[in-house]
Amino acid sequence: MSMNNQGRPSGIDGIASAEGQFESFSGHVGLRLAEPLIFELGTTETTGVDAPEVGDFDDCLGGLGRTSKIGCPGLPEPDTVRHYTRLSRRNYGIDMGVFPLGSCTMKHNPRLNEKMARLPGFGDIHPLQPQSTVQGALGLMDELSHWLMTLTGMPAVALSPKAGAHGELCGVMAIRAALEARGDAREIILCPESAHGTNPATAAFCGYKVKSIPAKENGRVDIDALKAALDNTVAAVMITNPNTCGLFENEVREIADEIHKAGAFFYCDGANFNAIVGKARPGDLGVDAMHINLHKTFSTPHGGGGPGSGPVVFSDALKNFVPVPYVVKEGKSFRIVEDKEGQSFGRLVAFHGQMGMYVRALSYMLSHGSDGLKQASEDAVLNANYVLASLKDIMTPSYDGPCMHEALFDDRFLKDTGVTTLDFAKAMIDEGYHPMTMYFPLVVHGAMLVEPTESESKANMDQFIRSMRGLAEAAKAGQVERFSGAPYHAPWKRLDETQAARNPVLRWSAAEE
Amino acid sequence: MRYLPLTGADRQAMLAKIGVRHVDDLFKDVPSAVLNPEIDLPRHKSEMEVERYLGRLAGKNTNAGSVPFFVGAGAYKHHVPATVDHLIQRGEFLTAYTPYQPEIAQGTLQYIFEFQTQVAQLTGMDVANASMYDGSTAAAEAVLMARRVTRKKKAILAGSLHAHYKAVIETTTQYTEDVIVSLAPNPMDAEAQLQAAIDAIDDETSCVVFQNPGVFGHIMDLTPLAEAAHAKKALLIVVFTEVMSLGAVKSPGEMGADIVVGEGQSIGNGLNFGGPYLGLFATNDKLVRQMPGRLCGQTVDADGKRGFVLTLSTREQHIRREKATSNICTNSGLCALAFTIHMTLLGEKGLRGVAMANHKAAVDLENALASVPGVEVLNKAFFNEISVKLPVAAATVVDKLADEGILAGVPASRLYPGAGLDNILIMAATETVTEDDIKALVAALGEVL
Repeated sequence: MSMNNQGRPSGIDGIASAEGQFESFSGHVGLRLAEPLIFELGTTETTGVDAPEVGDFDDCLGGLGRTSKIGCPGLPEPDTVRHYTRLSRRNYGIDMGVFPLGSCTMKHNPRLNEKMARLPGFGDIHPLQPQSTVQGALGLMDELSHWLMTLTGMPAVALSPKAGAHGELCGVMAIRAALEARGDAREIILCPESAHGTNPATAAFCGYKVKSIPAKENGRVDIDALKAALDNTVAAVMITNPNTCGLFENEVREIADEIHKAGAFFYCDGANFNAIVGKARPGDLGVDAMHINLHKTFSTPHGGGGPGSGPVVFSDALKNFVPVPYVVKEGKSFRIVEDKEGQSFGRLVAFHGQMGMYVRALSYMLSHGSDGLKQASEDAVLNANYVLASLKDIMTPSYDGPCMHEALFDDRFLKDTGVTTLDFAKAMIDEGYHPMTMYFPLVVHGAMLVEPTESESKANMDQFIRSMRGLAEAAKAGQVERFSGAPYHAPWKRLDETQAARNPVLRWSAAEE
Repeated sequence: MRYLPLTGADRQAMLAKIGVRHVDDLFKDVPSAVLNPEIDLPRHKSEMEVERYLGRLAGKNTNAGSVPFFVGAGAYKHHVPATVDHLIQRGEFLTAYTPYQPEIAQGTLQYIFEFQTQVAQLTGMDVANASMYDGSTAAAEAVLMARRVTRKKKAILAGSLHAHYKAVIETTTQYTEDVIVSLAPNPMDAEAQLQAAIDAIDDETSCVVFQNPGVFGHIMDLTPLAEAAHAKKALLIVVFTEVMSLGAVKSPGEMGADIVVGEGQSIGNGLNFGGPYLGLFATNDKLVRQMPGRLCGQTVDADGKRGFVLTLSTREQHIRREKATSNICTNSGLCALAFTIHMTLLGEKGLRGVAMANHKAAVDLENALASVPGVEVLNKAFFNEISVKLPVAAATVVDKLADEGILAGVPASRLYPGAGLDNILIMAATETVTEDDIKALVAALGEVL
């Protein structure tokens, strides 16, 4: 029997504290509480609400009442609270620790933002109320627009896109509308090899052929290759800046000039705008359209996969083509334009977009102010460069520094160790961290993209760096088992994704009787 | 600044470690002519100041809970139990990312699996995805999916479909191969509106999109529409904007729908001035590989323990790039969580109870309005929403009642300007409407008409 430092047994029957080996009578293991699906817990006769009692009345359902069973089980309120609380404890979140997921920008989510979004004056108003009864909400949209336009140096903004990819769609549609308005049919959009997958998907969706432009050895767009590809068939060039390798495109103004010389538009994927807020304005860099992920740059929560919000800022050349709705100020009051007028390319969503996210983002902006936003960008870049400087001797940075808000490593340092990028990432879970982004961007081998954000203290960074160094040393020392089966200490071991795809089980079903 | 942990001394030490003197040395790739521009915006504010400032803006709005409230037409005021909002704010849910690392995201993945099952059960379909942006974008994605499935291009949008949904579908498909045929709204004759959709189906039709309950509140038996569509090898896409209706009305699956999409806001989510909401998307097993959006599936881990992962991602943009089924990346995770928690509290029994309370309120509203001279109710069969024809422009009436502190509904002219529907008013009554609310409405309406 193994003993811990109190001289007490640390496991049963000589097994050290590997939880998997211990079988309880309850199915729980200490604080790791087993929790079945609600379909295995509740019944359709159970409910956790006091439904209003309506009594008998003559219905007006026209004989179309739902007589078949629905099948959704209910749980009493205490059991509901317990069920979802137990589930929550199987998740990792920013609130728990360092979340260095490159490109995704997992920064702190201030709770003031949550409180503000829930004010009844914002959270409990209907999008089709008379406009006289929602002047404060329209004023908020106008103010958010003002902040976004000022920070980007752009003259127009469309707030309504529901997420970053939706913003890309908005931007490219405006570009196509502008080209059609001048009778200029073009068929190609150029994207760098390192682009987010959404860029080519969006371009194709708008009817464009996608051509890839290569990168130079320093990780930036090859401007000569770009020039060679630019002609009067190119509608737009979609470039992420800072780019997906975490580098600023230092020739961005020359790139913009070349794009404009060819009569094309410069779409900037603003996923990484958080590195340069207050430091540089896309409008000064020649950008024609850029989406901003409010859930990255302006701290609205990721929520386990949305909701996002992806406003798009536009240059003068595109501002007449913005989708409805948009807010205009008339004297002291505000009006929302809901019907397509003039050259607007149409409507992307029912209603007005992600108001709840607008409130959170503005709350974040007001809190930081112009000074704090600039400081946040600087701290994000400083933290990333600190990681790069602290790990460059033991891991393999893909490019010479400095980087912007994220540091890119590849897997050369793991060569001949038998450890892959995936293994390394899973071992980070055992260290108590969410892994960095892996295998993206595609332009380096076994990519590891580390974005600490400005939310981490130096002490947190130092502990994270020690952990990463420890792992790199362990890999090089041949401790393959530490990685190959990792994570060992997460609530679940590695999951079989092949089985999930081969034999899809996408819902619970009652067992055959 | 309260959100930034680094101290001045930390920054100096870190710069020294990096080997530069000033933070701007890290921004050396930014052209110096554009670095550090003047930004004409206010400086930082304390939490108290921000709260005061935004509180004043919020105070300028009339919130639904503070007045007699009959506004619907795609978004609905319902009571959401306090438990829902408490649970979704647990940091492990709120501050998690998309569950790409399933070993430390089983909380999110399990609730998505539960959510998918609930949506499938509610709609009467086999499978549902992990949610879309909202009902309107889900409808657009359904039209695109129908083209992939049928390899035909013509989509028919029935007159019952919400004007914004039509506009979103038309905008989204304007640069694709799809051909959209949009039929005129006909609030006066719901049968004719359905027949027009049936008559429009031909051999080129990929799908017919019908909203039920319709934007004017009518509920219809769609079985004949499904038969007509299937006879021409087209798909029936059923849209709903009021998910609560599924607790009282025969499901789209039972009526023969191939794809069901709709807005899930009513369960678990507040009005929020139009967003964030959540799009629901369900279909049959045989079409699942053409479905857009994220999907969660069951599997096992290395110890054989049941777990869940995102699956069938070969449909998605991060793998397929320009060949993806959709450019969609994010969904509405936290809104889906709110939905699934509220559904768990309700269960079938609670859902049926709340749904019937909605219907009862609408029946009471209809009966009360029938007594107001000059008001003509246009619906025979409805759930919680009706349309009335007024002797004067509905927009004027709505504005006058708003001045009296009553939010009476949505003038059809706001959704269909210039369509000759100026005297039509769309009114919703949910379980939140009281007898007193209806009395106040009827009294005020009597005065302005």
